[in-house]
Amino acid sequence: MSTPRRFLNVSVSFLVAGLFPIALVACGGDDGESNDTSSEIADSADPCEGATGTITVYSGRSEKLVADLYTSFSTDTGIGVEVRYGDSGELAGQILTEGSASPADVFFSQDAGALGAVSQVGLFATLPTSILDRVPSEFSSPIGHWVGTSGRVRVIVYNPTLVPAPPASIDELLDSSWKGKIGFAPTNASWQSFVTALRVIRGEDAAREWLQGFADNDPVAYEKNGAVRDAVNAGEVSLGLVNHYYLFEKIAAEGADAVVAKNQYLPGDIGGLVNVAGAGVLAESGNRRAAQCLVSYFVSDTGQQYFVDESFEYPLVGGVAPVDGQPAFDELDPPAIDLSDLSSIAATQELLADVGLLTL
Amino acid sequence: MSTTLKISRRSRLPAPLVVPAVLAAVASLAPLAYLVDVAFDRGASYLWDEIWQRRTLDLVVRSGLLAAAVTAASVALSIPLAWSVMRSDLVGRRVWRVVLALPLAVPSYLAAFAWISWESSLAGFWGAFLVLTAVSYPYVYLPLTAAFSRLDQALEEIASVHGRGSTTRLMMLAARQCRGTIAAGSLLVALYVLSDFGAVATMRYDAFTWVIYGAYRAGFNPTRAAVLALVLVLIALALVVAEVVARGRAVTTMTSRAVARHRPIRLRRNAVWFQLLAVAITAVSLVFPVWRILVWVDSYGPEDGFGDVMSALWGSVRYSVVAAVATVLVALPIALLVARYRTRTTLLLDRSTYVTHALPGIVVAISMVFIGVRVMRPVYLEAPLLVLAYVALFLPLAVGGIRASAEQIPLGLDDVARSLGSSPMAVVRRINLPLVAPGLAAAAALVTLAAMKELPVTMLLRPTGTETLATRLWTYTTVSDYAGAGPYALAIIVFVAIPTAIATGRR
Repeated sequence: MSTPRRFLNVSVSFLVAGLFPIALVACGGDDGESNDTSSEIADSADPCEGATGTITVYSGRSEKLVADLYTSFSTDTGIGVEVRYGDSGELAGQILTEGSASPADVFFSQDAGALGAVSQVGLFATLPTSILDRVPSEFSSPIGHWVGTSGRVRVIVYNPTLVPAPPASIDELLDSSWKGKIGFAPTNASWQSFVTALRVIRGEDAAREWLQGFADNDPVAYEKNGAVRDAVNAGEVSLGLVNHYYLFEKIAAEGADAVVAKNQYLPGDIGGLVNVAGAGVLAESGNRRAAQCLVSYFVSDTGQQYFVDESFEYPLVGGVAPVDGQPAFDELDPPAIDLSDLSSIAATQELLADVGLLTL
Repeated sequence: MSTTLKISRRSRLPAPLVVPAVLAAVASLAPLAYLVDVAFDRGASYLWDEIWQRRTLDLVVRSGLLAAAVTAASVALSIPLAWSVMRSDLVGRRVWRVVLALPLAVPSYLAAFAWISWESSLAGFWGAFLVLTAVSYPYVYLPLTAAFSRLDQALEEIASVHGRGSTTRLMMLAARQCRGTIAAGSLLVALYVLSDFGAVATMRYDAFTWVIYGAYRAGFNPTRAAVLALVLVLIALALVVAEVVARGRAVTTMTSRAVARHRPIRLRRNAVWFQLLAVAITAVSLVFPVWRILVWVDSYGPEDGFGDVMSALWGSVRYSVVAAVATVLVALPIALLVARYRTRTTLLLDRSTYVTHALPGIVVAISMVFIGVRVMRPVYLEAPLLVLAYVALFLPLAVGGIRASAEQIPLGLDDVARSLGSSPMAVVRRINLPLVAPGLAAAAALVTLAAMKELPVTMLLRPTGTETLATRLWTYTTVSDYAGAGPYALAIIVFVAIPTAIATGRR
């Protein structure tokens, strides 16, 4: 490109060379020729056939939640798993920064947005249909780059002592009676996914209108969903916008007696968005067969039951039932949306910043 | 004296020091090079548009206010604290000396969690101010105790003789003489505040770091993050320059004796105020977070076994101790050069190490990922790269520590040795190194505790499959499982307190 740009590249190389004398060898552009010979294996019936060795997983799902699943996978298949735990967005950022040199074989993300970001730059391989077919197509990448592994529903968590009759739609939240009483987590990926869905489904102008109304109601910002739930439970705010399982987590951790808050599900409303956790195999994976085997494990009956038991999320595979106390999956009636559209987070953040709900 | 000084200034800088010092300083700037590269990714006009926005100005104001307030409070607290434990007859001063430095052992994110889980209305500017002051005032207090211990008593005696002996006057007199030390400590505090993420994120104060983190993590917008980080670098640069100006010719007011003997000044009735201050500061910055952690630990279920805590502890200790040794080795040439040969070049070397230190950890982490995976693939996500990142991040802590003790060696000593025919390197080897040895230990301790507390770089660069206390703690607090976080929080505080006590109690 232009001269200053080249100068900078040169200066970076210079500094890097100063730091690491062995360097500069790998500095050339590694523009993707991903003529991976192993892509032939993609559609064999059993993704685990002949899979051996050890794979590296970048896990946006927490160790507390999924460590046992990786262990039982290793026990069942003999495939070793090295896990790097972190925040989904951070790990996606790490993969994007690493590019095709990434040591990751599998990226297991908490939300579709982070998967979409990796998919967009072409770092994912296409998954075999035997894996993709396990899950309804609306919960996976439309181009087969990643598969949904479990579902979470946006809900209104409310404190029944403060709110006898919770709202049944997000549009009711704009009523001035809720001024200063709503908690939300402005930087949380699930909240931003919901706003993205709002933009995609209702259009930019209508989304801006809703957000402006929401902002005018002085909602209280928290660092994350767990803090919103705790604030609602403590009566600090009356209700909050979170995912359904935060309530079940708190009940599991502290007992039903410690939790007064309740979930209000929003069937038929845009506020009741169903988002997914999901996984994909990196195109440059050195052991794609074993990587696909792990992803197929996530959508096996064993894997699905595990997510239900441990994370209180919805299974995406028919025949596995959700946790007691949750409405059935087909009663949720979520808004129809292509989840891969949820990766347009940058535009969402611009909009949120414009109405003053996010500092960019 | 003045002629020998001239000889010392004119003598050429010894190459065996200059070469490694320049290499280290340049290498520590690698994250900056990455930032500049990414910031210009979409061209200069995009860069300009990003900077020239109302919201960027708002950020500068918000972060600047916080940094100024915390720095001012840290200085205001550190002067009476350091003075009373070093120059007065305060009861229990030997114990206080160490106890008052221990808040260094409390990571900012931990202190913030402790406060906000107790009283959520603290969120915002005042919460961030409280937590950051509580954890960062020791950066002024610690060097100030060292400076006070070296202070000649002559001025205090003269002031007393002339009837200007009120406690406050004597204290301010001593503080004025240590202007340089206060300036250096203030710089560390201000940079700490600007680059801190944990406290501002937990207290929901929209400072630079939180916004930069958001741009990376949720926005996948590395350009904006890099642009904001560059603005942060400019602010840090301005602070560094300001410190040089404020420092002035402070060194000349120090006594030439390594440790000045002095009779403690009697506080009499004033003692109660100094005791109250010390008690209050300790309660807020140390007792409160420890009490909260004990409450968490008390509600601890069987989340993790003893073995998990131990293996995380081993991870923390291993990497941070290796990092400390490496950082001290890298810092030594720079520190010796700037302490023994003060020229524009050596000052520039010294100052340049602060640039990366001022960057938010997450920015340094991402840039090390970028550089590491491309040019150091064999050690990417292995221990050596993590250690290198720690070195780049904590270099100025070590340089500062070594430099402080190297500056105590009278320059005349070098000149005498030189006039007797010793080469510059022989002077360094036979005279400077033995005399800075205690400073090396203190510097190593300072780096150890900083590395044990560090979160973002550790998270992104730690070898796959290994955990440290900080990463474990993060794992539990992100799912707001305070009970599960308890043992790790306790272990961090206890084990970071050890190097802190070493750094403080070395005298």
